[in-house]
Amino acid sequence: MAAEPLGDVLAGSEERRVEGSDKVSISVRVRRYNPEVREESWWDEWEISMEPNDRLLDALHHIKWYEDGTLALRRSCAHGICGSDAMLINGRNALACKVLVKDVAPKVTVEPIRGLRVLKDLIVDMDTFFDGYKKMLPYLINDEGEPDRERLQSPEDRAKFDDTTKCILCAACTTSCPIFWGDGDYIGPAAIVNAHRFINDSRDHGARERLKILSERTGVFRCKTTFNCTEACPRGIHVTQAIQEVKRSILFDRF
Amino acid sequence: MTTTHVYDAVIVGAGGAGLRAAIEASDSVRTAVISKLYPTRSHTGAAQGGMCAALGNVEEDSPEWHTFDTVKGGDYLVDQPAAEIMCREAIDSVIQLEHWGLPFNRTPEGKIDQRRFGGHTRNHGEAPVRRACYAADRTGHMILQTLYQQCIKRNVRFFNEFYCLDLLMEDGRCAGVVAYELATGEVHVFRAKAVLFATGGFGRVFKITSNAHALTGDGPAVCFRRGLPLEDMEMFQFHPTGVYKMGILLSEAVRGEGGILLNDAGERFMERYAPTIKDLAPRDMVSRAIYQEVKEGRGINGSDYVYLDVRHLPRDVIEEKLPDVTEFARVYLSVEPTTEPVPIQPTAHYAMGGIPTNTDGQVVLGPDETPVPGLYAAGECACVSVHGANRLGTNSLLDIVVFGRRGGRHMAKYARDAELPEIEGKPAAPTEERIKGLMNKDAGHNAADIRAELQTTMFDLAGVVRTEEGLRKMEGILEGLRERYAGVYVQDTGKVYNTELMEAFELGFLLDCSEALVAGALARDESRGGHYREDHPLRDDDHWLKHTLAFRHEDGTVRLEYKDVKMGPYIPMERKY
Repeated sequence: MAAEPLGDVLAGSEERRVEGSDKVSISVRVRRYNPEVREESWWDEWEISMEPNDRLLDALHHIKWYEDGTLALRRSCAHGICGSDAMLINGRNALACKVLVKDVAPKVTVEPIRGLRVLKDLIVDMDTFFDGYKKMLPYLINDEGEPDRERLQSPEDRAKFDDTTKCILCAACTTSCPIFWGDGDYIGPAAIVNAHRFINDSRDHGARERLKILSERTGVFRCKTTFNCTEACPRGIHVTQAIQEVKRSILFDRF
Repeated sequence: MTTTHVYDAVIVGAGGAGLRAAIEASDSVRTAVISKLYPTRSHTGAAQGGMCAALGNVEEDSPEWHTFDTVKGGDYLVDQPAAEIMCREAIDSVIQLEHWGLPFNRTPEGKIDQRRFGGHTRNHGEAPVRRACYAADRTGHMILQTLYQQCIKRNVRFFNEFYCLDLLMEDGRCAGVVAYELATGEVHVFRAKAVLFATGGFGRVFKITSNAHALTGDGPAVCFRRGLPLEDMEMFQFHPTGVYKMGILLSEAVRGEGGILLNDAGERFMERYAPTIKDLAPRDMVSRAIYQEVKEGRGINGSDYVYLDVRHLPRDVIEEKLPDVTEFARVYLSVEPTTEPVPIQPTAHYAMGGIPTNTDGQVVLGPDETPVPGLYAAGECACVSVHGANRLGTNSLLDIVVFGRRGGRHMAKYARDAELPEIEGKPAAPTEERIKGLMNKDAGHNAADIRAELQTTMFDLAGVVRTEEGLRKMEGILEGLRERYAGVYVQDTGKVYNTELMEAFELGFLLDCSEALVAGALARDESRGGHYREDHPLRDDDHWLKHTLAFRHEDGTVRLEYKDVKMGPYIPMERKY
């Protein structure tokens, strides 16, 4: 499915201005879950006024701080770097701190990212996600003795893995992947992106080990190039392309 | 129910300083890292511009020049031996990060590339020097990732989303910490021979800040409540280029690459304030210059902001060396930096003050600097003091790596030899009482209201420019907020991810840090670095070349003591650029 910019998907055509202010009215519908309250999830909806340039995260904070203190979400930096607040927003994965109210008003639907166990409201179990990341041996492997100064690397070699160094491990890509939804054992796009980052680093000697893990049943060939991951990535990483490059490395490179 | 864990070393906080300490300690002693976040969410990841080290890869440089710049940049409140260590160990620290895989930008010969940054100069102030090692404009992100990767490699034990709420002391020795597990609401006791705090800053005391929501001064406040001093809390840095109204950081690297500041008349006003290095003057001076321009009516359209302009830079510099910063302007301001100037205003950025330590990361008490056995701190929550009254850009990433390593190394050595302290009574009881106190109410004050009032008034009265009148007013406001906080109401009574309860605790810590900050600022009737008193605009070395130590008195008030600055080869002189 080809995707359009987030705001165009489900947003209504007109903003509703709040009289006597610059604020707009927005209805925020959130899928709730709290194991201490009931077994099933439910929906809550709030109608609030926000500045058009406020982030969706600000709107969720407004609800938490002034409407319902029990609403649970993760967040920290609030500008798209820490990777805490990936959510399913109007049916698409994004960071709540990188979606502006004006782009989704007058109505937005917020759910937890899919494929990971929901613990409370918008908070999911990230441990399984990080387990996949750790499987990729996500650290530089180089057993040669360390030189006194830096190892040399040409700007061209450095550029080969620049894109995949941007990953903030927010899980927006992995939890947008239909293969991952169907089979939680699939290692998923984020882990492959991080493997790509090392496999293509001229200083690293661990490619053979990583590619062996990635060629297993749970590895890179599960990918059916749906491109959901690329569209979901808040860092603009060409995730699907990175996955294809890793597939090619397994098929054609001699390690 | 309380679970008790026993470790040799416990590190609180998993940003750059905590992870660097963990790497060092876990090689030789049983180490655990407690963080209220997942490690990769830590705010080290938001640092953009670079990490300075006198590698001399692109032009001549020396650690001694770096030390001079650090001391002068800190307006001579820097402890010079500490700065000397930091600038000397910078070189080895950067090389080690490179060996661990950090993807630095490269020169054509393949060496680590370096660029200019505010206040970093050649030969004691002659001209800007290219000293900052960088990875595009996401250097902090790459440092955080690289250090986390090394922790994975070493199998470091993490307790993610555990919120440290108390410090355990027995007979003047550190005995561990108490933490609240966010996923379950359970209270855990971590007994340890040594504890290192690396909890980051407290920028959330201010309304406009570059700091993450998580930066609420937890470590300093926990120590403060246990009677330990906090050093130079009034020294807070406002970064000149925050996104207008939101405070999101636009790196100094923008000016390092050639960006300039413009007022409403289109004038490059920094030429008047710092004729030699202009827009690359230290942050405190640039922030005050913006304040002055706005005050004199030269803000854009007479308003309270100015422009950061990169339209004259080559497009590939903007896209390749400043991609994230460019995107912030596009996403949050709907401004296209290649064709439009970007509205900016000073944003609360960095706490120079914090938990006092020596250069081995040991927490020290009082003017005589007696170490507290087993207790350590590193990074922004600590005050060693390498930043003095104003930190130079890139020196924070350097600080966390150098002193994270030194602290971790010393705590491991200490823990190898020390006995595990016995703990008397019920160590979790005070924490459990506080939790009950916050949860067992049917109504009360709204924490968000108290926090919003705190942040707005602190920004106005204890921000870039301060006066006695304003600070006295702030003291009164804090008293009122403290009273209301005693009656704060937490609506969520659950145990699973009760983040409302966590935020209520955070607010209490913010109030502690604010009280220490305001007390220090009110007493210090001079201007130095990030502390600018409009009613006392000059630096006063005769009376104030000394560090403030703030203690929480038993009656709740803040008591101040002072200790000498450790001098070295650099004699204080007027700070001109």
